Amino acid sequence: MSARRLFALARKEMIQIRRDPRSLIVVLLMPVMLMALMGYGIGLDQTDIPLCVYDREGSQLSQDLLKRFVSNRYFSLKLNAEDYRALADAIESGRCTVGIVIPLYFSKLLNAGQPASVQAVIDATDNNTANLIIGYTQAVVARFSADVQIDYQQRRGPALGAPVLNVEARTWFNEELESRNFIVPGVVALVMAVIGTFLTSLTIAREWERGTMEQLISTPVAPLEVIAGKLIPYYVIGMVDAGSCAAISAWWFEVPFRGSLLLLFGASSLFLIGVLLLGFMISALAKTQLAASQFALLTTFLPAFLLSGFAFPIDQMPAAVRMVTRVFPARYYVTTLKSIFLKGTGAAALAVPLAAMLIFAAIVGGAAVRAFRKTLD
Amino acid sequence: MPYGRARRPMPDSEHAIIVSALVKDFPGVRAVDGLTFSVARGEIFGLVGPDGAGKTTTMRVLAGVMSPDSGSALIGGCDVVRDPEAVKRRISYMPQRFGLYEDLTVRENIRFYADLFGVRRRERDLRAARLLAACGMSQFQDRLAGKLSGGMKQKLGLVCALIHTPQVLLLDEPTNGVDPVSRREFWAMLYDLVGQGVTIVNSTAYLDEAERCHRVALMHRGRLLFCDQPGRLKQRLPGDVIAVVSPAASQLRDSLGRLPGVGSVLLIGDAVHLFVDDASRRIPEISRALESMRLPFDEVVQITPTIEDLFVNAVSERERAA
Ligand SMILES: Nc1ncnc2c1ncn2[C@@H]1O[C@H](COP(=O)(O)OP(=O)(O)OP(=O)(O)O)[C@@H](O)[C@H]1O
Ligand SMILES: [Mg+2]
Repeated sequence: MSARRLFALARKEMIQIRRDPRSLIVVLLMPVMLMALMGYGIGLDQTDIPLCVYDREGSQLSQDLLKRFVSNRYFSLKLNAEDYRALADAIESGRCTVGIVIPLYFSKLLNAGQPASVQAVIDATDNNTANLIIGYTQAVVARFSADVQIDYQQRRGPALGAPVLNVEARTWFNEELESRNFIVPGVVALVMAVIGTFLTSLTIAREWERGTMEQLISTPVAPLEVIAGKLIPYYVIGMVDAGSCAAISAWWFEVPFRGSLLLLFGASSLFLIGVLLLGFMISALAKTQLAASQFALLTTFLPAFLLSGFAFPIDQMPAAVRMVTRVFPARYYVTTLKSIFLKGTGAAALAVPLAAMLIFAAIVGGAAVRAFRKTLD
Repeated sequence: MPYGRARRPMPDSEHAIIVSALVKDFPGVRAVDGLTFSVARGEIFGLVGPDGAGKTTTMRVLAGVMSPDSGSALIGGCDVVRDPEAVKRRISYMPQRFGLYEDLTVRENIRFYADLFGVRRRERDLRAARLLAACGMSQFQDRLAGKLSGGMKQKLGLVCALIHTPQVLLLDEPTNGVDPVSRREFWAMLYDLVGQGVTIVNSTAYLDEAERCHRVALMHRGRLLFCDQPGRLKQRLPGDVIAVVSPAASQLRDSLGRLPGVGSVLLIGDAVHLFVDDASRRIPEISRALESMRLPFDEVVQITPTIEDLFVNAVSERERAA
């Protein structure tokens, strides 16, 4: 490892980034654009969704649950239906967007420690709104059932047969049900994943494509120097972008930041290095920009978006998909970010996700060094 | 020189490069087929052959960036397969396709390669100034490499290759697309290097370029046809070469090929080159034949064969034999 060669490679890379309008746009505009898009767009909450309820039981418990729907600003009660037909009419005519049906024996089942279900009828004409409503409904129900469970355990003691309720983690630390608070840390992960994997995989593939790699590998440069020389500039850029995303979240979107900056920096470095190495490995294998970018998209952007708990809560995924999320570091990073931002969790409590990211970086790094060989064949 | 035998050559202080029985296969094609040759220290060695002859593949193997399927190559006593990194410290390789960064300036490219080879700053600046002056590029230091003309790109490639002191300089078709003036400057730099003991391997598809080398190896379909000094190669041609200069040279080609005693026929510019068994006997015959066919021509003369003549003859003989 020669510091001189390493520095030469990093310097060259920096000049190239500076002169390439395409990567400059990604580097400078993408974080801001994604933040704005997510923060204002999908992250925007719906309030006063017209609600209609049909309580078939009419017990204390069922009224408790319905009160929770009515008492937050997301739903506003328009109709207390006498029968199912009235509820269905209200949805069909568009007077209400969501209808909640509480079944018979609702409180009996719960008091007996049995699972019970509540039916939500949702007007899904607008897909995005429908998804939001599902999320709100699940959140309300989950918090209710958590309370019921605690109640049940207090009365019976921690009995073995206590119902395992599907408590959605979303509501745990986001008392205000503010979806923006969850979206915004997720965007940071998304930006880092894209900068990390997408851009690095492009730069190396570009060298293969343009023929500059042929000359580069004919020099005494070491594979590790090539990797690190590429990594350093993108690490700096990624961290600057992550920093600006965090700043935008905290000051512009007023997402509470309760944790340690140092921990945020450390966790972000760990994640970024992992995705950078992944990008390097991809391009060492793919050798064309098109293939590399598609592969990068598939292995980072999509997992960071779909499998990290950012767009969809991991708890509600099918078991098989949940297993898949464990492979991608985005999941651990999003968890870590949310914990640092919203809970102020310390390093010790985050040992598992931090270790997972470290292991990922180590494995991918090893594979990247192996995959990059100084030959054309 | 015998070839085809897999004998491991001993490191030899006389030879900068020793290649023996080198084979490289690609799916469906044997790009290099049992290549054996050696290059003396301080020699300019030409690797000559048409498109697809296997020149680039050979260069890549010598540069340590592609591994052969069998056979061996030693550069300055270092084996390209077993110790490619040692080879890479001793060489400079200029690929056929421009290998420098088009989005870096001339100065930045030079600095980059100087750093990779650990050249000290003072030495780098002195060398760069001298090399750039030698190829008339001093005033283009801040131009992006991508904005240079084809000839200047090649000269920049040479400057970067020479920013450190290589034992062996590998140049893959370096003067392709280079204008005659730049080409002369290019060769002046190469001769200058040879004076300093640098060994140069230079591939080309142009046979006139080959005549500037000390020795050339003619390659065809991965095989070595022969390897000798350019002057001596010409003596290898059986028979004589006759040139028929004509305003309608291309029309003459087919008719002339059918005449008795005429071997291969080759169109070069406004002349047709004929390989004949005996020039003094065939010249009058050919003139008479052309007159009777009413084909226009300026003159029919015997010429000293060029490498191109030789090459075409060797290839067509080989194909006839196959
Ligand atoms: N990477 C590769 N994969 C597959 N086939 C290859 C590869 N490189 C070269 N070949 C084939 O090997 C043969 C020799 O190619 P090579 O590039 O060495 O010839 P060349 O003498 O340099 O030709 P040119 O004058 O076109 O540069 C050709 O038939 C070519 O198609
Ligand atoms: Mg070639």
